[in-house]
Amino acid sequence: MKIDKETVDKIAHLARLVLTEEEKNRFIEELSEILSFMEKLGELDTTGVEPLIYMNEHVNVLRPDEVIQEISREEALSNAPLKNEAYFKVSKVIEK
Amino acid sequence: MLAETTYNYSKLEDIQADIRSGVLRLEDLVTFYLDRIQQLADLNAYLEVFGEEALAQAKEIQNKIDNGTAGKLAGMVIGLKDNISYKGHRLAASSKILDGYVAIYSSTVVERVLAEDAIIIGRLNCDEFAMGASNETSYFGPVKNFADTTKVSGGSSGGSAVAVQANLCLASLGSDTGGSIRQPAAFCGVVGLKPTYARVSRYGIVAYASSFDQVGPITRSVEDAALLLEVIAGKDFYDSTSSKEPVPAYSTLLNNSSKRKIAYIEETLHSEGLDPEIKQNIEAQIQLLRSQGHTVEPVSFEYLDYVVATYYILTTAEASSNLARYDGVHFGYRSDSSKDLISTYKFSRSEGFGDEVKRRIMLGTFVLSAGYYDAYYSRAQKIRRLIKEKTEHILEDYDFILTPTTPTPAFNMGEQPTDPVVMYLADIFTVGASLAGLPAISLPSGTNKDGLPLGMQIIGKRFGEADLLSFSKYYSELDKK
Repeated sequence: MKIDKETVDKIAHLARLVLTEEEKNRFIEELSEILSFMEKLGELDTTGVEPLIYMNEHVNVLRPDEVIQEISREEALSNAPLKNEAYFKVSKVIEK
Repeated sequence: MLAETTYNYSKLEDIQADIRSGVLRLEDLVTFYLDRIQQLADLNAYLEVFGEEALAQAKEIQNKIDNGTAGKLAGMVIGLKDNISYKGHRLAASSKILDGYVAIYSSTVVERVLAEDAIIIGRLNCDEFAMGASNETSYFGPVKNFADTTKVSGGSSGGSAVAVQANLCLASLGSDTGGSIRQPAAFCGVVGLKPTYARVSRYGIVAYASSFDQVGPITRSVEDAALLLEVIAGKDFYDSTSSKEPVPAYSTLLNNSSKRKIAYIEETLHSEGLDPEIKQNIEAQIQLLRSQGHTVEPVSFEYLDYVVATYYILTTAEASSNLARYDGVHFGYRSDSSKDLISTYKFSRSEGFGDEVKRRIMLGTFVLSAGYYDAYYSRAQKIRRLIKEKTEHILEDYDFILTPTTPTPAFNMGEQPTDPVVMYLADIFTVGASLAGLPAISLPSGTNKDGLPLGMQIIGKRFGEADLLSFSKYYSELDKK
């Protein structure tokens, strides 16, 4: 699989990353190479094989629906880079 | 100049015996470790030392021992990989994006070791977000191998392995997604155990690939690995994926010298890139076990060439999703270039994540993206099933599967292959057990001609840790000449 610049741009946007030109060029090369290596999996016949999604034996794990407060608002906000006493602060989202 | 080693314990039992007989005071042991950590700071194993706190804990636990009220880990001084939350302490997953973050709750494993009176002495270096096999992706720099400081520690739990190897604590906790406990343990000549998937709670562990991640012990003896696992394992209300399977008292089930049936994977010995001395070493172990009356037979595992690709598709996909939470808003690094919401995300993430993490996020985003999902992600999930079933099939006929832990001994610092495929292939022997969710241990199996440690991996049955550990203890005590 050969990755082009357009694909790298699209993937970077989906992953919420901005890449330098140098990084883009490196990723074009590296991702192409890694994906070519991964194409080896095409050699195996997977007809009729179900994807393995859960590694646990229990599918539904239920617990009583009770409200438990374990983290205070102060604690939840304690690591925020930008906040006031009650909220996380972000840049303005809605334009006037 | 390094002070003469006063204490060089290899297992907790000996420490406890010396404390009981009055030969040792726990505070002296902690002081010894603290001094030694400082003397060997150049190894870069510790990111932070909780000195005063550890000494206070030592005093308190010494009293408990004197009063006969101490827990079963009393006397054990441990370090934590920097992806294991400990309330009120920093946690960075060796990443710039989390630098300065302070955990607001403790992981279940930390709660459990503290409840049994272990002393937590510090936070250990690792690869950034546990992504790497040499500890060189850490934002805080690489960790040096104590056997030869020009060599890497291995990774991602490099600090955890070197701290134990260099006697900077008795034991440590690491995490293993595709070999991150076992590979550095092999490179450093210590014991590293990855438990069965779901055996140990993942609550409070910085997530990398959630269908693989497991916490496990790195120790200087099989006995301590058993003891630590016994304490940290078991159902956890806070991790719905943790198993209800009862936890045996592993540390009391270690004496079993019965004759075993062991498989080794033929293809591993013919694998390209296998170091000749490691091949020789594993062949010698096979002969040794045969000479002791065990059955050791070759089996074929036709998927060996596919395990690494399968592993990297699935783990990068899971990583791209797990690492979406680092947004520059809720916690962690926020870029000064943030102008609006989207640029907050993009610049904070791009400036906060290192190269390897970005590469894996990109790859994971790609394999999950529209048009490629079926060809990569879904196909890899199918092949994961084939690998798991085949491995379990082998374990229906055999007690264990034996392989070298790594294809090479510890390599030179700064010589990480620039080709990512070559780098990822270093995980070829460890990712199999991770894909299958099976327990696996790396045990020291001597050194090469340059004195570098070599490791042997034993893979056990699902929730078969008791058997795996008793055989490991038996093997560790064999006279290897």
